[in-house]
This record gives sequence, structure tokens and C-alpha cells, in this order.
Amino acid sequence: MRRSLLFIPGNNPGMLQTADVFEADSIIIDLEDAISLFDKDSARNLTKSFLESFPVQKEVIIRVNSIDSKYFTEDLDIIVTDKIDTIMLPKAMPEDIIKLDNLLSKIEKEKKLKKKIKVIPLVELAKSVLVIEEIVKIPRVDGVLLGAEDLASDMEVSRTNDSVEILYPRAKVALACIAAKIEAIDTPFISTLDIDGLIKDANFAKSLGFKAKACIHPNQVSYVNSVFSPSKEQIEFSLRVLEGSKSNIKGAFSIDGKMIDKPIIERAEKIISRAKRFGLL
Amino acid sequence: MKNCLRRNVPPGFKPFLGTNEYKNHKRFIIDEVISTNTSKVISDISKLFDLLKITDGFTLSFHHHLRNGDEVMNMVLSEVKKRGIKNITLAATGIFANNDMIAQLIIDGNITNIYANYINGKTGKVISEGYLQGNLIMQTHGGRPRSIEAGELKIDVAFIATSIADKFGNGNGLLGKNACGVLGYTIADMLYAKKKVIVTDSLVERVEYCQIEAKYIDYCLVVESIGKQSGIVSGTTKITKDPIGLKIARDAAMFIEEAGLINNGFSMQTGAGGTSLAVASFVKDIMKNNNIKASFASGGITSYFVSMLKEGLINNLYDVQCFDLDAVASAKINENHKIISASKYANPFDNPIVNNLDFVILGATEIDLDFNVNVTTSSSGLIMGGSGGHSDTAHGAKLTIIVSPTMKARTPIIKDKVTVITTPGEDVDVLVTERGIAINPRRFDLIEQFKNSKLKIVSIKKLLEMTHKYTGIPKNVEFEKRVVGVVEYRDGSIIDSIFQVRNNYEL
Repeated sequence: MRRSLLFIPGNNPGMLQTADVFEADSIIIDLEDAISLFDKDSARNLTKSFLESFPVQKEVIIRVNSIDSKYFTEDLDIIVTDKIDTIMLPKAMPEDIIKLDNLLSKIEKEKKLKKKIKVIPLVELAKSVLVIEEIVKIPRVDGVLLGAEDLASDMEVSRTNDSVEILYPRAKVALACIAAKIEAIDTPFISTLDIDGLIKDANFAKSLGFKAKACIHPNQVSYVNSVFSPSKEQIEFSLRVLEGSKSNIKGAFSIDGKMIDKPIIERAEKIISRAKRFGLL
Repeated sequence: MKNCLRRNVPPGFKPFLGTNEYKNHKRFIIDEVISTNTSKVISDISKLFDLLKITDGFTLSFHHHLRNGDEVMNMVLSEVKKRGIKNITLAATGIFANNDMIAQLIIDGNITNIYANYINGKTGKVISEGYLQGNLIMQTHGGRPRSIEAGELKIDVAFIATSIADKFGNGNGLLGKNACGVLGYTIADMLYAKKKVIVTDSLVERVEYCQIEAKYIDYCLVVESIGKQSGIVSGTTKITKDPIGLKIARDAAMFIEEAGLINNGFSMQTGAGGTSLAVASFVKDIMKNNNIKASFASGGITSYFVSMLKEGLINNLYDVQCFDLDAVASAKINENHKIISASKYANPFDNPIVNNLDFVILGATEIDLDFNVNVTTSSSGLIMGGSGGHSDTAHGAKLTIIVSPTMKARTPIIKDKVTVITTPGEDVDVLVTERGIAINPRRFDLIEQFKNSKLKIVSIKKLLEMTHKYTGIPKNVEFEKRVVGVVEYRDGSIIDSIFQVRNNYEL
């Protein structure tokens, strides 16, 4: 369960060292776009050494290079250990994810890993959006990140402040994830100084059904967490709903004049579950 | 001799006995020194030196309200150098990189003793290397006026940079082409120095508001320029954008809120550093969300606090020093922007403003396992700061919070023992870092209050161990045996000694 996922370049020792300081639920150590071709080897090796020396007490996601790049195989060989939790796969298509799934199974067996590595596909091609229903069904897939910058490039459209150009992909990805009971993770907001814009964008994503948002700057994390956390009012109301449901086992009842029935009780359970996960209770 | 913190006290000095020791003593005040001179205006500094008979062994004082824009101290000390005057005691509230010419005067023996509340630049380096022949006494903003009014620091001539003045000797820092704001640190000099000279580049017929009063002033030296107004702005008076600094600031604000100190009528001081100002900004958010209004903020004032005053979030500012030009403008026109002296700000015997603070946010170059704080030297022992109001506010405030990352440039901030104690751990309650918040075990009330807090509360030792995992354990720095300076606590006792550095470190 996540609210915020913070990108950290894999070749920056200072940023790696403080990766666990911020309140991000997950960190995404990037070996792909943030790393120049010249630095691919050193980023991979630095990330591996860092994780071996300083275990991170939160979900560690590695964004590897794309499956058709010459770096992909070596990324996996070196980086997949018990020190990581999840692989993020760029420009993911269903066949790529299945190939990654097979490779991970092989590595897990060879290295005798104690955990099953999860996969977050990065949906950033128009054709990936169109097959999102297939992507979310693959068992190892634990969430989907929408990558709006590459997607806009693929669509040959400009990114705008209100993100109207990605409205359809956003809605489709969110709905598909909800249907598959996995997390839809929203694209990062790239204007790092525009906090009001970030909050507005995150709230809109939340209204579409996204459960989390990727961050490209540590200063974005607390605001994203705030948007995707249940509010104090929601938590208080949900507690009352759950309390009421215990004593009204026969069906609907009312709180403050509102009818409380099964869907509201289920929603209250989800809110309390998230509140507990994020230490809000 | 050792003091109660087991720190070295050179012969002839009083050892520190505790932060409340001053309460066992009565305030002692010498008579104010009133001028009898009626013809005050002079434009020739050489003639002024002749009239004042400034010679070997004199104590000359200066304030630092023009900060890095000050030219008055340089101008006067150039005359000292030109005349070959030796053994001057320099009593400056602050010495900045702008005053680097002092270094050569120390090496040449023109200046042999120094009192200061803050030193950076080359002056600190040459003192650390042992070139000052006599004593360096590092005072606090409250300790300095206390020592002047008690007659311990005897000033022969006070040179008071005054951005506007009249021929009678009235003046202030609020007007004139180089207005630098409130002149709080110089008031004790004005009252008690044997001779007082205001130095101005704006002589007018009549000054209406007089922070500097004519009756105390002997001469008014008119010069082409007292410096550059723009130099008062320090590079650190903006809210930090550094994510670590912001994380620390947010946690500090949450701690203060959870401690129950953000209520209607509360008071605060945060300093002008980027992280400290960020704390103020998070506190401001809490105030707005809960419709809370503060009674006052104090200390060096920045535009951030001016904006809070204008927004009605703070009733009053008690300003001893302006850190930027917005603060200067506000002090000039806003009656709730109160102008105070350093004595009223922090002198332990003057019922100071600091005693009414609910919380203060302070920085540290080092903090040790006993919560002692060093802001006087670097970890390598070079003098590059000073208490200013650090130990004054730490003692006065109900809650003293140090905000600092656990390491700076790969050097851990937490030490087993700090290189030099500026502020005793007895007065430091909490350390907020990016990796957790440590509460001083002396504050068992806070430890109890925060035992179920969602904030990450850890022991300072645990923070040190976490930091060492990243930095390794640094080797202890070795010093020469010679004491090059002492840190004087606000009551006049010596809290620590500063030893000569062993090597010539580069600044």
C-alpha cells in the first residue's frame, strides 16, 4: 500500500544516503532516464553496494533500463537481490512483463531469494495504454505507474498544466487497476517549485481512482502523502461506521441522518486499513 | 583550573558554575557617561584621533549592524595602522569577512586583545593560529552589555556607525542612504564608554527619532560613506529549499505543536538561517490553520517576520538587529515593530525579552552527548562564529530546539564532546535532525510527553551511532597547548577555552 514513491538517481551517493529520510512510502532508485549512458555501470554498482551496506526500511523499487536496451540483462543480474522489493519496467508491454517475470523467477531460484520480487510496469506508450487490461492481469504486477512525459511524446502532444491530453490514459489506467485490485500510481508532477499545482494535480488523480503518485523531488513527498492519506474527518467517520456496523448486524443503519449500508461499510474498512498502514491511527 | 563542565579556564578568569549562577548576584551598573562637548561635528578622522588622544593600549568599540557592508571599523583601524598605534583592544559586537584587514593588524601587534560576540573570515583564522598576543574573549549579545554596564569591559572610545545624524549628536539607523536598521547592540557603548563618536554619511539639520542620544555623544564624524547598506543582508535569510532542511524544519514545527506551545499569545525566536526560517513558515501554517496569533517574535528580524506582523499573525516584533531591508523599512514605520537594546534583549540582569520566549530555534556546528553546543569554532577548531544570542535565548526560552542535519560535508555534527562549548547542554532541550529527534534526558517532562508520539524520538547516542555508520568515526583533532581565546558565558564566567590550531588550516 503506497501513497508516494520517490525517484532517486542511482548514481548520486548523497541522495541515496538520505533516501530513507523522507516520508515516501517507497523509493524508486533510477538506473534509466536519470542516468547518462556514461554512468550506467557506476549507477548499477553504486546502488548495489549502497543497498548491501545500508538496508533501507521501506519498499525499494529499481527502475531498470528498458527490456530492449543493452543494459537490461546486466541490470537484473546485478541488482536483483533480497535487498530490493520491486522492479519497475519502462515502456512495458504485456510480452515484456511476461519475459521479465520469467527472468525474475530464474534469478530468484538461482540466488535463492527469500522473497518474490514484484513488478510495476511503467505505462508510457500509447499501445501500452490500449492493452492495460492485459498488463494488470499478469500475476507479478503489483501496481502500474503512468508515465505521462514519454506518453505525451509518443502521442506527439504537448504537456499542459491541466493535463487534459492524458485524461483518457489516466482514467483508463486507473480503472483497469481498480478492476484488478492493484494500485494505480500517477505520473510525477514535474514543476518541483509549484506546490499548489502539485496538490491540484494529485487531487485530480485521486478523483480518478489513483492511489499514489510518483515524486521527482523530496519536497513533493509530504504534499502527496497528505492528498493520498485519508483525512482526519474520513478516519473519524469510518471508525463510527465500523463501530455502528458491529451493533447493527442486520443491515443498514444511520449516522448523522445518513444511511449506512454495505458499500459504505466496505469503504470505511478500506479507509481504516490505509490509516493503519500509514500510521494515522 | 576546570569549570563545572570540566572545561579549561585560564588563570585570572572566573569559572562557569551553571546557567542560573547569575541569580546569586546583584546587578552592578556604573554611572552613565554624559558628554560635555558642544562642538561635535568633525570631518577629519586624523584630527579626531588627536582630539581623543587615541594611543597605545586604548579600547575601541564598534557595532556590526552594517554587517558585511560596514566600513567604519575598517576606516578607524586604518588610522590606527597609519599611526602605528599598538596594543589596541578591539571591542566589536561582530567581525565579518568585510573586516579581513584586521588580520594584518593582529599579526603586526596593532591589535592585541579582542572582545567579540561573533567572528568570521580571516580574523578568526589568524586568532586560531595564535597570532593574537593577548586575549580573545567571545561574549554573548546579553553578556556584552552586562559586562559594559558593570565596568568589566571598559571602552575608551566607542565608534558608532549611524546612518543619519544631526550636529547635536542625535542619530539612528533607520534613515539615510545607508540605513541599516535598529542599532540595538551599541546602546551600552553609547551609555558607558568614556568617549563616544557617531560616524555618519548623512548629516541633517535635526533627527526626530533618536536611538542614539546627543547627550552621550562627544563627536560626530562626517564621512563620505559608512559602508554599503546592501551588505546587511546575509545570504542565509531565505527559507531553505534543501529537502533535508525542510524535513528537519517540518519535524521541529510538529514537535513544538505537539509540545503544546503554539497557542494564542505564544512567543518565538527562530533566527535567520534557512532551516530556522522554514520552521517559522511551518509554524505559520499551523497558526493559520488554527486561527492562532503570537504575542511576539524577537531577535534579528527578517522580512519573513515582517510579513507575519503585517498579516496580523504576530502582535509585536522586538528587534535588536535588522537582517534585511524590509526589516529596516518596517522598523521605521510600524509602531508594533519595537526597537530594543541588546541589554533589554538578553542581559540576564535586565529582565530581558529572551526570558519570555516560549521557544527558540537555534543552529549548531557541533552538539555533544550532553547536549552542549558549539557555534564558535568548526570541528577543526577554527574560529568561525560565536554565540551571538545563542546561549542567551537558550537560557531564556521555555523550549530550546537545535535544528541540524546529522552531518555536514561528511562530518558528523554530533560528537562525544564538542570542540568548544558555546551553550551548555543544561539549556538545550531538543535536537531535531533528519534521522530523528533527540530529547535531552534532563527534560524528563518532554520525554514522558512524547513517549507515544508519532514523531521519531531517539536518543542522541543512537543518532550518533546512525551517523557514524555513514561517516565512520572521525579522528580527534589535536590542538596546541596555548589558549588563544575564551568563551565567556553571559554572566561573565568562562565556559570554555579555545586552543590554538596545530596546523594552518585553509579557510
